[in-house]
Amino acid sequence: MSSNIKIEIKNLNFFYDDFEALTDINMKIKENTITALIGPSGCGKSTFLRVINRMNDLIDGTTVQGEVLLDGKNLYSSDVDVVQLRKKVGMVFQHPNPFPKSVYDNVAYGPRIHGLKDKNELDELVESSLKGAALWSEVKDRLDEPALELSGGQQQRLCIARALAVKPDILLMDEPASALDPVATAKIEELMSDLEKNYTIVIVTHSMQQAARVSDETGFFLMGELIEFGDTGKIFENPDDQRTEDYITGRFG
Amino acid sequence: MLRKGLDENIEKLKNEMLLMGSQVEEAIEKSIEALNEQDVELAEEVMEDDDQIDEYELELEEMCTRLIATQQPVAKDLRTIIVISKLATDLERIGDHASNIANMVIKIGDEPLIKPLIDIPRMTDIVTRRIKKSLEAFVNLDVELAHEIAKEDEEVDVLDEQILRELLTFMIEDPKTIRQAMSLIFISRFLERIGDHATNICERVIYMATGDWNVSY
Repeated sequence: MSSNIKIEIKNLNFFYDDFEALTDINMKIKENTITALIGPSGCGKSTFLRVINRMNDLIDGTTVQGEVLLDGKNLYSSDVDVVQLRKKVGMVFQHPNPFPKSVYDNVAYGPRIHGLKDKNELDELVESSLKGAALWSEVKDRLDEPALELSGGQQQRLCIARALAVKPDILLMDEPASALDPVATAKIEELMSDLEKNYTIVIVTHSMQQAARVSDETGFFLMGELIEFGDTGKIFENPDDQRTEDYITGRFG
Repeated sequence: MLRKGLDENIEKLKNEMLLMGSQVEEAIEKSIEALNEQDVELAEEVMEDDDQIDEYELELEEMCTRLIATQQPVAKDLRTIIVISKLATDLERIGDHASNIANMVIKIGDEPLIKPLIDIPRMTDIVTRRIKKSLEAFVNLDVELAHEIAKEDEEVDVLDEQILRELLTFMIEDPKTIRQAMSLIFISRFLERIGDHATNICERVIYMATGDWNVSY
């Protein structure tokens, strides 16, 4: 595990109109680690995830206060190019959402948008991205087939390949395995631990066991606050905060 | 299984373990009573009853494994289950030592004791009290009590040494006493080992309560 800080969140508050969805979040996410965010529905963990690539900008009436530093640079400062930012910070969603295009075109989509035209370079990038997402061996003879004909687990790995194709530093995953069966889930989890070597991963998950299995550090959110954040083993063996204990042992509410 | 089911099962585990604990205490007391009274039949009973203690251990470990497999417990639930599975091993070992003592009692049989028993009953009182108290610390998650009882191991060690020295002088003076003196030395050592397990129980209770494995006495 690297000790370089990749993402630093300082005194972050986030509002949907008047509703304060996140309150005074402070967090340092280390480079090349997997950070899991857990907490009950509506606790702010997905909102927090979307703060990291400014996805919330797309929602009217949202306000961000505080700083989100990516490699030391505040990504909410006025000179940040949001398109470039999202190239650096990829995202994978709960339900696999490939484009209604071929497997190849799904992966090539991002690089093309960013101006890559050379066929050979594109071929190489598609192959390396699919390999990176542990999907290449399953689809290398089906690159021209519609992506929507792949299985759910394959579609999700295709979405990961699509995210990798623009060479991000960070991967945000919002419950990436919640719509998948246990075998496909295991593949995604295995893939995450491979990707960790080259990417910084932040994952929102409702599965406590998944958080415990895959992550290096875990953050527990409750009603917009980061209650506890630290080593995953420690959180699941002996959390410091009673509320964390109550949540992970299912004593909540 | 729901949260309520897990709570009920952990409660059941605790109760089973306490039943095992009281059976183990009884085994120690009976084995020493058998020594005092030179009651070979009672000693045999202690040895036979050890099978039940072994069964308790198996049953507890099975319950712990099943709960871990089906409930994926975390935090205090996990620590409690892990600790109970370890305590089951400690208690089973204590049961073995009581059974070993009983075996020595059978060996001594009805031959007259070479000296009145003074320190061995004292040791017995201390170790059975320590086991009781350490289990009390477990039930009440009483870290302070666990520390206190863990520290008392020293007393037992001193008595064990004292018994050894005393019996050595008997053996030097009269080699005919060697056989029985050796048995008594073994009994003292078994009690000392029982004391060590009481210390283990205390350390595990401290872990269960605090999550700290690094406490050792």
